[in-house]
Amino acid sequence: MSDTSAATLPNGWEMVIGLEVHCELSTATKLFCGCPNQFGNEPNTNVCPVCLGLPGSLPVVNASAVEYAMRLGRALHCDVHRSVFARKNYFYPDMPKDYQVSQYDLPTNVEGWLELPDGSRVGIERAHIEEDTGKSTHVGGGGRIHEAGYSLVDYNRAGVPLVEIVGKPDLRTAEAARQYVSELRAIILAVDVSDAKMEEGSMRVDANVSVRRPGEPFGTRCEIKNLNSLRSLGRAIDYEARRQIDLLEAGERIIQQTRHWDEADGRTHTLRSKEEAEDYRYFAEPDLVPLDPTEADVAAIDASIPPLPADRRRALADAAGVEPAAAAMCVERDLDGLALVAIEAGAAPDRVLTHIDNNLAVDGADRLAPALFARLVGMETGGELTATQAKTVLADMVETGRSPEEIAAERGFEAMDTGALEGIVDELIAEHSDEWASFCDGNQKVAGFFVGAVMKATKGQADGKAVTALLRQKAEA
Amino acid sequence: MTIDDTALDLAASVRAGDRSAREILDAHLAAIEAREPEIHAFNLVTSEVARDAADEIDRRVAAGEDPGPLAGVPIALKDNLCTRGVATTCSSKILDGWQPPYDATVVQRLAAAGAIAVGKTNLDEFAMGSSTENSAFGPTRNPHDTSKVPGGSSGGSAASVAAGFAPVSLGSDTGGSIRQPAALCGVVGVKPTYGLVSRYGLIAFASSLDQIGPFARTVADAALVLEVIGGHDPADTTSIPQALPPVREHLDDGVAGLRVGIVSELSGEGIAPDVARRVSEAAEALAAAGAEVGEASVPAAIYGLSAYYLIAPAEASSNLARYDGVRYGLRVDATNTPDMNLRTRTEGFGDEVKRRIMLGTYALSAGYYDAYYGKAQKVRTLIIRDFAAAYEQFDVLLSPTSPTTAFALGDKTADPLTMYLNDVCTIPSNLAGDPAMSVPFGTGDDGLPVGVQVLAPAFGEVDMFRVAAVLEAAAPIGEVAR
Repeated sequence: MSDTSAATLPNGWEMVIGLEVHCELSTATKLFCGCPNQFGNEPNTNVCPVCLGLPGSLPVVNASAVEYAMRLGRALHCDVHRSVFARKNYFYPDMPKDYQVSQYDLPTNVEGWLELPDGSRVGIERAHIEEDTGKSTHVGGGGRIHEAGYSLVDYNRAGVPLVEIVGKPDLRTAEAARQYVSELRAIILAVDVSDAKMEEGSMRVDANVSVRRPGEPFGTRCEIKNLNSLRSLGRAIDYEARRQIDLLEAGERIIQQTRHWDEADGRTHTLRSKEEAEDYRYFAEPDLVPLDPTEADVAAIDASIPPLPADRRRALADAAGVEPAAAAMCVERDLDGLALVAIEAGAAPDRVLTHIDNNLAVDGADRLAPALFARLVGMETGGELTATQAKTVLADMVETGRSPEEIAAERGFEAMDTGALEGIVDELIAEHSDEWASFCDGNQKVAGFFVGAVMKATKGQADGKAVTALLRQKAEA
Repeated sequence: MTIDDTALDLAASVRAGDRSAREILDAHLAAIEAREPEIHAFNLVTSEVARDAADEIDRRVAAGEDPGPLAGVPIALKDNLCTRGVATTCSSKILDGWQPPYDATVVQRLAAAGAIAVGKTNLDEFAMGSSTENSAFGPTRNPHDTSKVPGGSSGGSAASVAAGFAPVSLGSDTGGSIRQPAALCGVVGVKPTYGLVSRYGLIAFASSLDQIGPFARTVADAALVLEVIGGHDPADTTSIPQALPPVREHLDDGVAGLRVGIVSELSGEGIAPDVARRVSEAAEALAAAGAEVGEASVPAAIYGLSAYYLIAPAEASSNLARYDGVRYGLRVDATNTPDMNLRTRTEGFGDEVKRRIMLGTYALSAGYYDAYYGKAQKVRTLIIRDFAAAYEQFDVLLSPTSPTTAFALGDKTADPLTMYLNDVCTIPSNLAGDPAMSVPFGTGDDGLPVGVQVLAPAFGEVDMFRVAAVLEAAAPIGEVAR
């Protein structure tokens, strides 16, 4: 259970959040036919009798989609069992058969978990395979279905393979929910089964939110749809929890319903209540045979899974002697390999992590030679370069691939000795006696003026921290 | 006369160059022209396309090629089998104007074997019915007595073979829709093992029960067509990747030593005495030919009808959802999509189809699923188990195909339950997924054909056909007029 605590709610209220994430699998072809699984083509060009649900057509399961789903499931520590496809029946124009082939009581992946950077675990109830629907465009009436003059349907997306990952209601803050989605996305990318872009809809998140006092049973939940970014997710959850608390504190009750997040007005709005909910009349899909992976199949899947973000955080944290959370950024930027080799080569772990976190969020950082990076850190910790100089050299290294020694020499960088620095500082104090008096009176703002002036005089070679320390020392003397 | 010849003879003469596919086709088209107005076996006769196909066969024979085992054999196709560019209606208004962009696997295989499709035959709408009276395009009549129904739902396919419009035809069998009309029209009708014939391109009624099979005037012709259409198809994952039972190779093996059980649950109450008598005679004929005949019990079979009328409508309610007016077929416009769906379906579907959609929707509903659909699936499991037990003692089973001979048009349309009882003997095989076939065996007191049903375990087609061949040879002949 996540204990990631962020914004606290009033009067001891606690939120309970469970997320359902749909992820489009990036297989070459669709789930039940050979049509290309491609985004952005001319409408209704990637279609055939099967994905159009024409009378008489039959689905054939794409083995690669099943393999992708199992790979994701195993990366989420799920059990993989014999599974059965089921039909979810409801009428909708962008669904060619007016039922969706999904999985119901026997999904492919069950009972897993995902680890957040702080080491806490969030339960995964299931991760099942299903087909995507087409896309409707409502023409006229401002794009709203009820006022549209007519609607167009593009079935290119119909039949694209999806995995729906149903998380347990283990999350307690909007921040934890965001971290969960980030972590899930990182895992999806690590096992390479989807591009998982929330903005493009290849990863879609629905949030179930309820509130309660700690220790009480779960409250009535509402499901929020239309969350197209991590930002929307966080805002929508916070808004929804507040809305529910306001209702409860006003003596009203929560009605279980599906709500739509409006990014523009920052509110959730009623879509439909539970009473209006469809009865999907699930039953086993008679056109498909059950999936029954053998132990060897699952073992082969396991062998194909690369180290996951949580494992990589732990490995780096162990090497650097820090908490896994401190290694999160390195792993997120895919620079933990660089960090590990640099640390192995003797570079100071804290400087390695600091440089990666602060100075390497740039293109080309992944091409940085670890040995050169290690040497740069060595020069810095050995006193040959100041922190500021090291940052400049690093940027040059990323850009040119040259060695830190060559760059430092070319730029004339060498750490200034304390005596030279003191001389410059004394000169400046003499030149700016008013400012110095003000600094001695405790005006910290003037410190920046002196540091800037020293940097200018030394062409950036002075170490800012050393200058600040020296100024303090002189003021107190 | 050409229209009395078997498919085997016709194909042999075409392959030998003795007769042209074109003259064979023209003889059958002439028969259609003569009697189709009173029979109404077809929704569509595709004379033009058929003539082109026949000419092509003749060209290939002239060029020294072998067009295949059904060279130049006319065949009628039930109008729920997809035919590329040729209207496929399921005898429903809801598919108005739709032409499939593809051929069903069986249609492709027939064409590849040299067969000539002559038309699309009438059926009960979406194969729901036992008399072909539930067609949006009017009923088909029994060629032996046009005041009588041909049975259903493949009534058009059965009648076309009985009337000499084609030596063979294809139907589909979900609860007896091949075997019952075969019995009522005095022809051979085969429902193969579930998964033996690809369903790709068969417009679904109830997917877990539907199976395509042949009609023929002889057991050997039925075997020939089955061998052409059967076998694994990667486009249908429920089709079984297994070699076809070598039926034709063993047709003449006889039944000496074969253990034949008469199913007591399907032979007593509700079976007309004249039909029951013919089944007894059939059993005696098998015993005379050396079979060991005994009485078999399949206790759960008596619940077959009830289970079927939950499972089949449940699947149908889902399979028929796609006819919503959005993409193809009929559309009755309205101001919004749900109303358009509603009006299209209200106008497009007939009463029986609506009845079954409602039954099935109810059976799958939250709160009722366990009591209805769930329980029906358990009955299905029991039936499978009971058949398996019976097949430990017997190689094949025997029963009537239909409780009565052909009944008059309009006789049973007022009461759906009476109509449903027609399929009491045929439904258990569909639930079990086992093969079964109907073989003509004399007539009833009214002079109309009686069919005897031969049932076998999954992939037991070889023994089933051996029995059928012996029954065919032993059947009382000369009593049925065309």
